Amino acid sequence: MSEILAELRGVSRSYQKGKEKVEVLHELDMDIPVGDFVAIMGPSGSGKTTLLNMLGGLDRPTSGTVKVGGAELSSMSNNQLSNWRSTHVGFVFQFYNLLPVLTAQKNVELPLLLTNFSAKERAERAAIALDIVGLADRARHRPAELSGGQEQRVAIARAIVSDPTLLLCDEPTGDLDRETADEILKLLQVLNSEHGKTIVMVTHDAQAAEYAKRTLHVDKGQLESRAAA
Amino acid sequence: MRYFGLIWRSAWRKKIRTLLTILSVFVAFLLFFLLNAIGQAMTGGGATIESASRLVVIHKVSLINPLPISYLNKIAAVPGVDRVSHATWFGGYYQDPKQQFGQFPIDPDEYLPIYPELEIPEEQLEAFRTTRTGAIVGASLAETYGFEIGDRVPLHAMWPQQDGSETWEFDIVGIMTNTSKGGSDAMFLFRYDYFDEARLWSKGNVGWYVLTLSPGANPVEVANAIDAQFANSPAETKTSTEDAFARSFMEQMGNIALIVQLILGAVFFTLLLVTGNTMAQSVRERIGELAVLKTLGFRDQAVLGIVLAESILIIVIGGMFGLLAGAGLLAAVSDTFSAMIGVGLSVSSQSLVLGIAIMLVAGILSGIFPALQAMRLTIVDALARG
Ligand SMILES: Nc1ncnc2c1ncn2[C@@H]1O[C@H](COP(=O)(O)OP(=O)(O)O)[C@@H](O)[C@H]1O
Ligand SMILES: [Mg+2]
Repeated sequence: MSEILAELRGVSRSYQKGKEKVEVLHELDMDIPVGDFVAIMGPSGSGKTTLLNMLGGLDRPTSGTVKVGGAELSSMSNNQLSNWRSTHVGFVFQFYNLLPVLTAQKNVELPLLLTNFSAKERAERAAIALDIVGLADRARHRPAELSGGQEQRVAIARAIVSDPTLLLCDEPTGDLDRETADEILKLLQVLNSEHGKTIVMVTHDAQAAEYAKRTLHVDKGQLESRAAA
Repeated sequence: MRYFGLIWRSAWRKKIRTLLTILSVFVAFLLFFLLNAIGQAMTGGGATIESASRLVVIHKVSLINPLPISYLNKIAAVPGVDRVSHATWFGGYYQDPKQQFGQFPIDPDEYLPIYPELEIPEEQLEAFRTTRTGAIVGASLAETYGFEIGDRVPLHAMWPQQDGSETWEFDIVGIMTNTSKGGSDAMFLFRYDYFDEARLWSKGNVGWYVLTLSPGANPVEVANAIDAQFANSPAETKTSTEDAFARSFMEQMGNIALIVQLILGAVFFTLLLVTGNTMAQSVRERIGELAVLKTLGFRDQAVLGIVLAESILIIVIGGMFGLLAGAGLLAAVSDTFSAMIGVGLSVSSQSLVLGIAIMLVAGILSGIFPALQAMRLTIVDALARG
């Protein structure tokens, strides 16, 4: 694999729990090439979400460096991180996290409110994103009127609407049945292979991990690489 | 305002709650604009006695107690008094008890010169002098009730005539206008000589005297001289400015200004609690959503602004409806009020500015703590909480 998109060096993250200091990540090194689709597996509480938060600029390491697309996230201010996230990364969560008061269309348009696009351009781009995830006909529905799989598709549309290079998915199929989960995973594959998105997906489901190009295992705050099955 | 759609939708996340909140804001501002207008009419910026050019003499006990007509010449003789005349409260209604306006028996030759702002064509004034049952009415009143010169208008009054009838008939002989800014012409004036001769009781009395001062006369000294003259008589007097006179109409209602302030204070305290509570609940319910906005790249300050804007929006909607309803109600009762105390009611530009300022301040105050909470939210913690 060629060019490196994300590079973690000696990343540690510890939390203060009462008087105790808990180290969730311990001097972790990781490289993610452009165009990768990597699954991250590991037991519950092993630090998978924490790792994803580092990659997405939602959290900073206690020590070590996080570089994504040439940007040194570990040294950015909150506002710099906000700006960076709005253009470089899309997030997909287990529970979709759509705004219940907005239609699918308006949910997808949200990230574009931070750009200079006109209302018309925002609507057009959101329509394209909804089309890519196969939900063009549900644009005017509220989240409550959609199935779980459809909600997750809207969330994916929202994650790709500002055309970021990196997609971070935290248990994206954790709340879906097998069949729906497979559809969502296929959609992620398409986004990876046809739309050139680099994808990092946290999952505890081995079957889901099979859709990725490779799988990394997190244990005791460190990575251990194994060949994908 | 590209965030407006988002703010608007968020504000209506719980429709009933938002509606009830807006309703309480509406009531608060309706009260604000109504009470403010009434308070200003009662207490607002009238002339102080030092700068007054007209003084009013009433019975020391109250406006309701009459003064003898014999005081006229005695008041005229007080140094510093230029012209003096009198008027009396008639208190009748036209056709329906709800149709009340100011009706005063007066002296056609002496009364009008004291009020140069009341203008009437000379030939109509002449007709007033020569028609015993004549009456002159303000243009606004004539318009309201469709009075025209030549009309015979019956008024029902608390004053019985000698034959026991409480219906008095008048012939409209003139229409007057008030040329002073903001002055009212909602008055119905008729002749005292006709009134006094025909009425059953209280003959030889008047309601109050009104006088103008000679150039250079000191109003305070003149007022004291008049009141001193009637001290220890059966009908002692109290001389004050016209505005003070107008307000004495309402004195029975107590200290209006203070009551107004107390009510408004209580109303706005409640308003802050209600709206503040709505906003606190609203933010608590969507910690996760606010964290998602931040995840998408909305800055902390933007999230603060969105929550604050929502709280201001709710208050401004309620407040503006309160303003509209208040202005409408005031316009509807203004004439009646003006006929009673000579001052109309409206939303003054002063209370408009104050009202809008209060809307913004209340919006900020009731939203600031939830908004700060939303701003300080860290994404990682909030998402972990769900
Ligand atoms: N904000 C936090 N404060 C304290 N401890 C935390 C915080 N976030 C995560 N942790 C702890 O870090 C560990 C790893 O969490 P996480 O990355 O969410 O694990 P995973 O996603 O692999 O289940 C857990 O033990 C969790 O309790
Ligand atoms: Mg997790």
